[in-house]
Amino acid sequence: MTQPSADGISSPAAAVRGTTISPIKLLLKGRAFFALIAIIIVFSFLSPNYLTVSNLLIMSSHVAIYGILAIGMLVVILSGGIDLSVGSILALCGVVAGALMQGVELTPLGVILFPPVWAVVVLTCALGALLGALNGILIAWFRVPAFVTTLGVMYMARGIALLQTNGLTYNNLAGRPELGNTGFDWLGFNRLFGVPISVLVLAALAVLTGLMLSRSSFGRWLYAAGGNENAADLSGVPVKRVKITVYTLSGILSAIAGLVLSSQLTSAGPTAGTTYELTAIAAVVIGGAALTGGRGTVRGTMLGAFVIGFLSDGLVIIGVSSYWQTVFTGAVIVLAVLMNTIQYGARGIRQ
Amino acid sequence: MSDAATSRPAGEVVLAARNIAKSYNGVRALKGVNFDIHRGQVTTLFGENGAGKSTLMKILSGVVQPTSGEIVLDGQPIVFSSSTDARNHGISIIHQELSLAPNLSVRDNIFMGREITGPTGVNYAEEERQVRRLLAELEEDIDPLTPVEELRLGQQQIVEIARALSVDSRILIMDEPTSALSATEVEVLFSVIRDLTAKGVSIVYISHHLEEALQITDHAVVLRDGNMTAYAPRADIDLEWIVRNMVGENYDLGSPPTGHDFGPVMLSIRELTVPDPAGGGYNVVDRMSLDVRAGEIVCIYGLMGAGRTELLETVAGKLSATSGEIVLEGKEISHLPIGERISRGLALVPEDRQRYGLVQTMSVGQNLSLASIMEFTRGIFTSVKLERALVQKSIRDVTVKTDGPDVPIGSLSGGNQQKVVIGKMLATDPKVILLDEPSRGIDIGAKAEVFRILAHHAAAGQAVVFTTSEVNECLSIAHRIIIMRRGRISAEFTSDITKEKIMAASGEAVAA
Repeated sequence: MTQPSADGISSPAAAVRGTTISPIKLLLKGRAFFALIAIIIVFSFLSPNYLTVSNLLIMSSHVAIYGILAIGMLVVILSGGIDLSVGSILALCGVVAGALMQGVELTPLGVILFPPVWAVVVLTCALGALLGALNGILIAWFRVPAFVTTLGVMYMARGIALLQTNGLTYNNLAGRPELGNTGFDWLGFNRLFGVPISVLVLAALAVLTGLMLSRSSFGRWLYAAGGNENAADLSGVPVKRVKITVYTLSGILSAIAGLVLSSQLTSAGPTAGTTYELTAIAAVVIGGAALTGGRGTVRGTMLGAFVIGFLSDGLVIIGVSSYWQTVFTGAVIVLAVLMNTIQYGARGIRQ
Repeated sequence: MSDAATSRPAGEVVLAARNIAKSYNGVRALKGVNFDIHRGQVTTLFGENGAGKSTLMKILSGVVQPTSGEIVLDGQPIVFSSSTDARNHGISIIHQELSLAPNLSVRDNIFMGREITGPTGVNYAEEERQVRRLLAELEEDIDPLTPVEELRLGQQQIVEIARALSVDSRILIMDEPTSALSATEVEVLFSVIRDLTAKGVSIVYISHHLEEALQITDHAVVLRDGNMTAYAPRADIDLEWIVRNMVGENYDLGSPPTGHDFGPVMLSIRELTVPDPAGGGYNVVDRMSLDVRAGEIVCIYGLMGAGRTELLETVAGKLSATSGEIVLEGKEISHLPIGERISRGLALVPEDRQRYGLVQTMSVGQNLSLASIMEFTRGIFTSVKLERALVQKSIRDVTVKTDGPDVPIGSLSGGNQQKVVIGKMLATDPKVILLDEPSRGIDIGAKAEVFRILAHHAAAGQAVVFTTSEVNECLSIAHRIIIMRRGRISAEFTSDITKEKIMAASGEAVAA
C-alpha cells in the first residue's frame, strides 16, 4: 500500500506543488489521522478509562462493524456509485444466519437440518453477494441510478428481514453441541492474542482490499472507471464488470458485518444496522474519498471509521447524551466534506 | 447578391479590439488582434478550428477577460466583468452550443432569468405575446409553449436567436448560427440580419461556410493560429483571398513518410451503417467502405456532422453498427468488446481528451499505462517494475514533457495531455491506430510533434487513420485523403491535391 503509484492516487495534488509542503497542507492531507489523535488526546484528559488497552480494544470491536461496511462502501464510492442498502443487507443476512442456526425444516422429508457454523457463514455471505450483484446488475446493465437502485434494495432487504422473523429477534444463536452447530459466538466474543476476532477480521479485510486497490489490475480498473468512466471504457477497461464486482463485494462485506454484529449481540434482529449505511458513507468521506469517484484509500477510510467510532464511544464514556453525539457526528461529517472541497476544489475549477 | 451590403457607407465604430491577447495555461490562443466593428454592419471572423475565433468571441462578449489589450466601446476603454455585464452594455452572443433548458418551453427559455413580473407573479400572457411577435419576425411557426426538447435542432437555433433579439442588443455575436439550419432557414436568418443592420445593430458573424458568410458580411477578419492575418472590407475580398489568409502558405506539418512499402490490408470497413447515436433517426455513417494497409496514413476530412467521429467510434467498439463489417487483419471484430479489440491491435484516440481520453484523478504514468494494464500484470498483481518501464518508454516515445510519471495529469499543457492520450494507445502496440482530431486544441509545435510521431509509427508498419477539420493537416503526412460528407465518402485524393479541391468536396466552400 505504500508503493509510489498508490500514493499518486491518494495525493496527486501534493505531488505536483511538491517541493514546499506547508504545515497547513500537511494538516489538510493527514486530517483524518490528526483528527483521530486529537479525539484520543481530548478524551484521555476527560476520562482516565479512555486510553486503556481494554477500552481501546472494546471500542475497536465496535468500529469493526462500521469499518467492514465502510470498506465495501469505499470500493463502491471509488467506482463513482453509492450503496444505501448495506445496513439492510446486514440485517437480512443477520436474521438469515439466525434462522439457519435455529435449523432448517425440510417438511417433505420431515427432518430439521442444522447446518454447521461454517456452512451458515458461507450461505450468509452468498446471500450478501447475491443482493450486491442484484444492485450491480441493475446499475451496470440496466443503467438505473445507483442511488435509486440501492434505495430500493434497502427497503426490500429490510422488508424481507422483517417478514422472515415476523418482526421478532432470534435470541438463541449459541447452537447445541449434540447438533454440531456451536461456535457462532466465536466471531463476536473470542480473542486471538488478546485482540477481538472482529478487529482481526476488519484488519484482514482492510489489508486485502488495500492490496487489491493498489496492486491488482482490478484496483487500477476501479480507480479509472470511477475517475472517468468514458475514458476507462475506451481504454478497454470492463467498466460494467467492475461495477457489478464492487456492489457484490459490498454485499459480501455487509453479510460479514451482519454475522459479526449478531455474534457480538448474541441475537439477530430485523432492525439491526438501521442507518449504518450513512455511518459507512461518513467514514469513507471523512477518510478523504471523493463522492464523485476515483479518489480514496483504505487507509483513509479506516481512519474515518475510527474517528467516528472513537468519538461516539468517547462521548458515551464521559456521559454526554446520545442526542449530542448525533450533533457531534454530523458536525464532523460536514467538516470533513468541507476539507475535501478545499483539497480537491482548486483542481475542480480548472475544467 | 452582396452589392447592397458593400455599397453601404461605413458607420461609426461602436466596438474596437485593441491588441487583444489571451493565454490559457501558457498556450497563446490570441496574439494581439486589432479590428473595428461598425454600426449597422456585419463583421465576419474567418479562421480554422483553433485559430482563436471562439476565444475572441468570448472576450468580446465578456465570458473571459483578455490577458492583455483592451476593448473600446463607443470610444471608451471598457472591461466586461461577465457576460451579463456585456449584455447590459448591449452585447449579446448566440453560442454554437445551444444554451437552452430543454425541459422549459420556448417562452420560458426566451425570458429565462429576466421574466416579466407583475403584482401577481410572472406575466405569462405578456411574455407569450412578445415571443409570438419575435417568432413571427423570424418567420418561424413555433408555438411559444412547446418544450424546447421537442424542437428540431434548427428550430432550437431560431429560439436562441429570438432570445438574443428579445434583449435590444446593439451588437449581436453569432457563432456558427447556420450550422444546424436548412437552406430556407438560412435565407430567413439572413433577411433578419439585414433588417437588424438596417436598424443600426452591428453583427459579429462566425461561420465555416465561407461563401454563405460572404453573402452577408461587410468586413472580414481572418485569424490563423491566434494571429490576425487580414482585415478588409467586403469590396476588397473574395473566397480565394479568405482561404489563402486562413490556411497560410508556409505551414509545414511534415510530409507523407516514404521509403517503406505498404503491407497487407490491416483494417477493412465494409458497407458500415451507423444510426445517429442521439436518436435523430438518420444514419450518421451510411454504407461506408474503406481499406487501410499496414504502413499507410489515411486522413479523413469533413465538416462537423459528416460522421467522422461516429465512424471511428464504431470501429473502436463504442458505438454499434446496424449493418456492415469491420475486419481487422482478416478477422471480423464487430461483435467484440472494446478491450478485446485493443488487445487484437486496434486503438482509438478519441476527439475530446478531457471527456474520453484522460482520467483526471490519475497521474501521468497511470494514464499512460491504463490501456495496457494486463501487460504488466503478473498473476493477480501488477508489477511496479514492469509498469515503470512501460511508462518510461511511453514518455520517451511520444516525448511528453513532464516532471515525472507521478505528477497529476492536469499539470500538463494541452499538447502534452494529448500526447499522453496518444501514448496510452500506442503503448498497446496497435496494428491500426485511429485518431479523431488528434490536433484539436493544441498549439502548432505540439501538432507538428504529433504528426511526426504518427509518421514514425506508420513507417514502422502501423496503419494510421486520423480525422481533421483543417485542410492543412490533410496535406501534411497523409498518403491518402478521404473526404466524408453526410456519412459517405464524397471524394478520395492522393497527397498532391490542392486545399481548394478538398474544401469543395467537403461542401465547405459552397453555399448550403
